[in-house]
Amino acid sequence: MNFDPTATDPDAHEPTPATGRAFRIGIGGPVGSGKTALTAALCRALTEVRLAVVTNDIYTTEDADFLRRAGVLDTDRIEAVQTGACPHTAIRDDITANLDAVEALEERHPGLELVIIESGGDNLTAVFSRGLVDAQVFVVDVAGGDKVPRKGGPGVTTADLLVINKTDLAPLVGADMAVMVSDAHRMRGTLPVITQSLVETPDAPDVAAWVRGLLR
Amino acid sequence: MDISALVLADSRYPGGGHVHSGGLEEAVSRGLVRGERELPGFLLGRLRTAGELAAVFAAAAALLPTDWAGLDAELDARTPSPAQRTASRAQGRGTMRAGVRAWPSPVLDALLSAVPRPHHPITLGALTGVAGGSPADAAAVAGYLAVSGPASAAVRLLGLDPFAVNAMVADLSAELRTQATRAAATAALPAADLPAPGSPGLDLLAEAHARHHKEEVRLFAS
Ligand SMILES: Nc1nc2c(ncn2[C@@H]2O[C@H](COP(=O)(O)OP(=O)(O)O)[C@@H](O)[C@H]2O)c(=O)[nH]1
Ligand SMILES: [Mg+2]
Repeated sequence: MNFDPTATDPDAHEPTPATGRAFRIGIGGPVGSGKTALTAALCRALTEVRLAVVTNDIYTTEDADFLRRAGVLDTDRIEAVQTGACPHTAIRDDITANLDAVEALEERHPGLELVIIESGGDNLTAVFSRGLVDAQVFVVDVAGGDKVPRKGGPGVTTADLLVINKTDLAPLVGADMAVMVSDAHRMRGTLPVITQSLVETPDAPDVAAWVRGLLR
Repeated sequence: MDISALVLADSRYPGGGHVHSGGLEEAVSRGLVRGERELPGFLLGRLRTAGELAAVFAAAAALLPTDWAGLDAELDARTPSPAQRTASRAQGRGTMRAGVRAWPSPVLDALLSAVPRPHHPITLGALTGVAGGSPADAAAVAGYLAVSGPASAAVRLLGLDPFAVNAMVADLSAELRTQATRAAATAALPAADLPAPGSPGLDLLAEAHARHHKEEVRLFAS
């Protein structure tokens, strides 16, 4: 231990856990668009971040089991909440169950830096309350049809990030990527849009970089 | 009736109530409640047992006693199902989270430092009392929520006609009114002497719900 204030020894101590709460990111979008796959990808990619996950899937344990099996997250870093058959209510109008889950994770893991909250699959109008998350990602997929961005709705138009997933399927379903991307930008103004295929890039590098930018 | 009672009883109050079915989901999955024929009996039974207990303790809490831990422990002793205790404390904490923002008060701070996760009826009573409502107001809110939650769950789970279900809840008005009066009459008793109505059937449904949730889909937390 060197008490000379000008010395540049490496710090022997763990960094002080960030005071206050973890940053919270919501991942929303229709059923099957790839929310759980993206969550798993982020868990794999963001190895330097102390993170945990809340899932709102109807099979509350299904997504949690997937993440456990994928080996990307310890069981005690996953909380599953029940939404009383109203997934959008649980992330928007009455966020109590989700806040309880987030707080349980924060108590169990002091110094947690990031909590990812995956919504249950819902329609294009579902967005997260700003009382629950600091930023939100809306995931749509190419197989849902290339008219989805044009339809708009609060998820597509207001989410902090729009992800157009499963670009590998575009030729198979006859979706025009150029149309999807230009519609998305037209609907969202300056808000960012990322296109990706988790088959081709399983670690979702672009979304991971976007998240890192938020945590800095 | 004080307006705070309307705010607390509103199904849009953001206290986490919408994820609880009060045993209705388990009753549905066992075929005990299949439709409009069985629902009124379920609701009336719940009102007269779990609802009565909730009304009694909400009324007592609305008098803002100083021994919050004692009142909470007495309600705990009258709630034999661990799953129901968990559900009640989850709703109590959720209701309180929204309530301390709406009606900030040193009384609520004292309650929360004595009992960080108070039971739901105690939270309802304390919030009503702090907002200026009466024990009867608090009892009416607790009794009403004891049936409105399961009624809404029935619409969602069974796809019942919402007009029919709404009429069933309205049909309980007279019952709710006399219950609130009765609960207000016992509100000032020592906590240990408060009535202890119970429902072994609902206790068992709550336990079964918690057990089945581990094996198959349950959409509600209780
Ligand atoms: N072809 C392809 N399939 C994907 C992609 N991302 C996810 N999937 C698959 O889509 C299905 C639904 O994904 P999931 O993450 O469970 O969707 P969620 O309902 O939004 O959580 C799963 O079978 C995934 O493996 C992708 O980029 N390309
Ligand atoms: Mg999912």
